[in-house]
Amino acid sequence: MNEQVAESEGVQLDAAVGSVEQASQALREAFPGKVRPDEREGYEGVIVDADALVDAALFLRDQLGFRYLSSVTGVDYANDGLLESVYHAYGAESGALVFKVQVGCGNPEIPSLVSVWPSANFQERESYDMYGIRYAGHPNLQRILTWEGFAGHPMRKDWREPYYEEEHKPFKTRHPDGGVFRAEDRNPFGRNVQYSPGFDPAKWEDIAQSAVYDGLMREVKEEGLQTETITVNVGPQHPSTHGVLRVVVVLDGETVVDLMPVLGYLHRNHEKIGERCTFPQIIPYTDRLDYICSMSNGLGYVLAVEKLIGIQPPERAEYIRVIMAELTRIVNHLMAIGFLWNDVGAYFTPVIYAFNERELILDLFEMVSGSRMMCNYMRVGGVFEDLPAGWMEKARALVYDRLPRFVDEFHRLLSENEIWRSRSMGVGILPAEQAVAMGASGPLLRASGVPYDIRRVEPYSIYDRFDFDVVVRHNADVYDRFLVRMEEMRQSLRILRQAMNQIPAGPVQTGKKNWTMKVPAGEAYHRIEAPKGELGFYLVSDGGSNPWRYHVRSTSMINLTPLAEMCRGHKIADVVVILGSIDITLGEVDR
Amino acid sequence: MTDELTHPNIPVPEDLKGTVTLATWEKFYNWCRARSVWPMFFGLACCAFEMIAMATSRFDFARFGMEVMRASPRQADLMIVAGTVTKKMAPQVVRLYNQMAEPRYVVSMGACANGGGPFKEGYSVVSGIDKLIPVDVYVPGCPPTPQALLHGFVTLHKMIENTKYKDMIWYHNRGQGEEFAIPVLGPDIFDPRQIPLIQSEAAKTPVAANDSE
Ligand code: SF4
Repeated sequence: MNEQVAESEGVQLDAAVGSVEQASQALREAFPGKVRPDEREGYEGVIVDADALVDAALFLRDQLGFRYLSSVTGVDYANDGLLESVYHAYGAESGALVFKVQVGCGNPEIPSLVSVWPSANFQERESYDMYGIRYAGHPNLQRILTWEGFAGHPMRKDWREPYYEEEHKPFKTRHPDGGVFRAEDRNPFGRNVQYSPGFDPAKWEDIAQSAVYDGLMREVKEEGLQTETITVNVGPQHPSTHGVLRVVVVLDGETVVDLMPVLGYLHRNHEKIGERCTFPQIIPYTDRLDYICSMSNGLGYVLAVEKLIGIQPPERAEYIRVIMAELTRIVNHLMAIGFLWNDVGAYFTPVIYAFNERELILDLFEMVSGSRMMCNYMRVGGVFEDLPAGWMEKARALVYDRLPRFVDEFHRLLSENEIWRSRSMGVGILPAEQAVAMGASGPLLRASGVPYDIRRVEPYSIYDRFDFDVVVRHNADVYDRFLVRMEEMRQSLRILRQAMNQIPAGPVQTGKKNWTMKVPAGEAYHRIEAPKGELGFYLVSDGGSNPWRYHVRSTSMINLTPLAEMCRGHKIADVVVILGSIDITLGEVDR
Repeated sequence: MTDELTHPNIPVPEDLKGTVTLATWEKFYNWCRARSVWPMFFGLACCAFEMIAMATSRFDFARFGMEVMRASPRQADLMIVAGTVTKKMAPQVVRLYNQMAEPRYVVSMGACANGGGPFKEGYSVVSGIDKLIPVDVYVPGCPPTPQALLHGFVTLHKMIENTKYKDMIWYHNRGQGEEFAIPVLGPDIFDPRQIPLIQSEAAKTPVAANDSE
């Protein structure tokens, strides 16, 4: 790809002033008495008073260069009667500056940071939905994963689900007295439901739908022909292959006036279930987050746990992890490109090409883990098993021969296509500034001219040992996102070749395998460059064998933040294309 | 036409074999129906990916006469519930089912659609789509492999072939089949069919389920 640009030429984020330490020092000096260090054992960062939050955030962003707000989430410290909102902000080259705001459980209200970092938009809504923390000043503070009208805030520690059994796994027994019980049998309705006393369904007014339309902008034209706008629902069932996403679009003729993704149609309580599980029990659930990239998800999670415990996997396991993660990236990009083409109307032909190669990679996954999609292969302190006999040969044949040829062929087949170019060039522009402010990551960010790749800026595992380019392009449109993915597959192959040549022999697991483990108290946030972008895991441990808080910073959901921005002014047919170019998986969006 | 259609008890002259098939009308009718099932293009979660994999070259469900996937329920006669049915999505699934024309079939794919699967214990998952609409074939697995899903289809074909057309809705001029109650998103999802039960339970329990433990 001759148009590829070396990373040094890309637009740089402002360099942060010094290290995170110095930054938090500067912050404390700028807001004496309002910002104090978090002194709990195993915690990092600072605690900011709610009334100083917006000023402190502006100071961080404008003076200290923390222009990327990665993650916002709530934590319920029920024992102290506190709700906490945790923020992780990054500068161009710096690590995370963690800051927190604490409020009492009674009337939790925190100023919203959407005006400072628009990337907080969906995340604050999620935190409101799950914890009931109200973010004052949020432009559209509605429930996001459950529906408007839902009773309670499910992630609160005192909220129990209808099939509640015990606080933590492992449960005592699911077959008392020799017989199995089904959760349905103990529920008076035989379903997974519960109602508060006095609830009368006959009198219920369904507000779930009407609430959705409230936050939408309806343009009133000053001059020209006065036309009426119409509101159209795309989804949750629709022929584009991005799962159960619903998008409400306000149209003037065929032109998009405003748009809002409505999420939650695949909300499966990943986090609540995670907090009931022991640390290793969560691993299979992570597979089902972004179900195309189960290996990467597992990797992100075990790295977070390892950070909390402070252990290192053996060398060989590190290499195996990188190999799996990069194979996953290839699978993901194949899918992303194939389905993107579906969306422009090349119905299933590129997908079928892509699936051919995916099948071969899935065969490799199946060999090591026993399952095609849900690999459940990463382990805290290593991987599940060593590579079976014959695996390397098969993988080499793919990586050295078949896949490079395929990527070239795919490129020839697609990139110069006239229709494709006219449908994708100049469509869905996302300028670099906006991309950073809205928390975009992964190929979406890099196609906007920001050479930000976590494998390079904050190398985890052993990524610092490999030679690869961070792919950047500058037109910030759908076509460039497509090309970034094409080229990233080549770079992944490059990493794979190096890893396969260097992989040493040895054990693949530190310590012994166990289904439960004690994890020291404290918090850890670990992010990886997943195929779709920045995937972060935030863990709080209270020293037991279950996480107190388990949060996934979901790439796909946050990458949806700029969707409205990108679509305004385009035709309705372009919405699906732009959506396809973001590359989302609903399992990860809604969790 | 293949031999399997020909009724074994009706002799076909030697020189007409391969050109002429003699069978009962019912057998012929079901044979045609089983080989032209059109699934609805409708995926819910992870399982949908294995469903798409089943449609592509390696597994290729076109071999079973079902290559046309329709995005509109009006044009489909098979609903593959591929993935987790969440409470928020459940009303849509039932509505889609209601919009399908008879005869219609449902294949429940994967642990989630069968009974809630790994997410059953969570608060926002329907424990099995069969709580809301009738299911013809259950395919176990998480996710089921494409082979398993194909096996599910073969099972469905057998089922169709064994149907008596006198049992079919159109034969009795009974219109479009049953409309199933669409669940409502209240404080928790509720099924209109359960309203009396919910009312009587609400009168009974003095405390919320949440604090009773
Ligand atoms: S059965 Fe498994 S693979 Fe299928 S939707 Fe449920 S969790 Fe996903």
